[in-house]
Amino acid sequence: MQFGVFSVSDVTPHPMTGQAPTEHQRIEAMVTIALKAEEVGLDVFASGEHHNPPFVASSPTTMLGYIAARTTRLILSTATTLITTNDPVKIAEDYAMLQHLAGGRVDLMMGRGNQGPVYPWFGQDIRNGIALAVENYALLRRLWREDVVDWQGRFRTPLTAFTSTPRPLDGIPPFVWHGSIRSPEIAEQAAYYGDGFFHNNIFWPSEHVRRMVALYRQRFEHYGHGRADQAIVGLGGQVFMRPNSQDAIREFRPYFDEAPVYGGGPSLEDYMEQTPLTVGSPQQVIDRTLSFREIVGDYQRQLFLVDHAGLPLGSVLEQMDMLGELVVPVLRREFEILRPEGVPQAPTHASLTAAGHAREIDAEASQETALAGAV
Amino acid sequence: MERRSLAVVTAGLSQPSSTRLLADRLTDATERFLRERAIQPVVTVLELRDHAQDLTNNLLAGFPSPRLHDSVGTLVAADGLIAVSPIFNASYSGLFKLFFDLLERDGLASKPVLLAATGGTARHSLALEHALRPLFAYLNAATVPTAVFAASEDWGQRAADGADDLVGRIERAGRELASSIAASSRGAPSDPFTDPIPFDRLLGGNVRSETMK
Repeated sequence: MQFGVFSVSDVTPHPMTGQAPTEHQRIEAMVTIALKAEEVGLDVFASGEHHNPPFVASSPTTMLGYIAARTTRLILSTATTLITTNDPVKIAEDYAMLQHLAGGRVDLMMGRGNQGPVYPWFGQDIRNGIALAVENYALLRRLWREDVVDWQGRFRTPLTAFTSTPRPLDGIPPFVWHGSIRSPEIAEQAAYYGDGFFHNNIFWPSEHVRRMVALYRQRFEHYGHGRADQAIVGLGGQVFMRPNSQDAIREFRPYFDEAPVYGGGPSLEDYMEQTPLTVGSPQQVIDRTLSFREIVGDYQRQLFLVDHAGLPLGSVLEQMDMLGELVVPVLRREFEILRPEGVPQAPTHASLTAAGHAREIDAEASQETALAGAV
Repeated sequence: MERRSLAVVTAGLSQPSSTRLLADRLTDATERFLRERAIQPVVTVLELRDHAQDLTNNLLAGFPSPRLHDSVGTLVAADGLIAVSPIFNASYSGLFKLFFDLLERDGLASKPVLLAATGGTARHSLALEHALRPLFAYLNAATVPTAVFAASEDWGQRAADGADDLVGRIERAGRELASSIAASSRGAPSDPFTDPIPFDRLLGGNVRSETMK
């Protein structure tokens, strides 16, 4: 099981002082958080992608490339890469380059984006959101898997004799997750390709998450990639911890009450009851996170959102220390004990490369058998 | 006896409420005409006042509370609907609109719906036609021809021939709704989670257009 953090890169004023960090401070904080993730033993750092204020992460591969140079073990990912409004050719090139620089420590999560004006700003129509995600990703897959691509579609200039460079590291494209909150079409897409499916699991009641993941698992099996319980599932979650749960609630409440995404709506207590938000002791976070497997089955990746709502960097780093020392080691052990035989780990560059070699050896062996039979 | 479900949405605010009173009279009439057609009505009344906080929370949080979610489920699954709002400033009340804003584009598709409203004077009665009916037309509901408006004075008046006073209008509307429910087929709305669009059709460009909200 992989554990990590994901950031939406929001610049949010501090609720008590009204002071917002500068964009520069926020960008540096994101890098610090990513480095901290490796330091405390987490597996993944994922950056959002946005093209409007108050978000700073418009250029994820630049940031992830910088983080790659300063880490050795951390997997660099996205949450999400906009498959609708980015040119799939540029995604193919940028992330293949990142894959080389990071020694394969790269995967991506595709998403459609939830900011309406971004579509027209990038020359697209939000009503084509699903169609763009389907067509652009189909092209992206070919660009990573075929050396020379002839292609024509609805949304992009045709390609004749195009080769996307650099080719994926070791000929193995980055693993892809598809993130969607409520579109069954995207669960279907992830299942069709045997890719991973990620639910951000943050702003939604668990019943909703359960339905999306159940559909993905069922269709993953339908398309012959393995049993439903072998499908690759990732979840988000948001936590704020203090050793004493009452302290956690008291300290987090002003952030909750003032945050643009929560403020004025349900109370903190209702929100914790109705969504996966967990504010409390490390043990409460452990218990809540373990309960996710009762909703979606045994899953492969858990990402926590910890740097939101204007929390100062110092508090975020304290959260990550607690995750690394008190929460994730217990979760790794418990999830491992509970994980049934045959349920895989999340694919990595190493595991995909090994599987690729195994397939080649199988192919050679069956070729030899066929030749032997012919003689 | 065949059973059909009837959801009654009432956005009255005071206690007791003339909006609820009108909803109850319309429900009684509809139930009576359904029974005449050997249909056993199963009625659920949704008082929007009870959901007022949840509706605001849904607006801000982006998801409904479990109770509100259940109420929307009841509405979507119902075979027929009676929707009654007070008229405020020439239109349905904000509370009424908040609730119907929760529905997906086809949430009321082909559902028989009886519209009704209350107001201080009959000057507001056409709000049914210029405000409520367009909203339900957008939601593809099958509204019955008679929409019932009750002004304060209507509760104390009977016409000499009885036909077009409030009681007569309630009877006519109830009969229309019962007839419409009896005639409609009970097809459950298709569920994309149990019946997903196969991916080769998505790849072929056969993608349902997304609703813009």
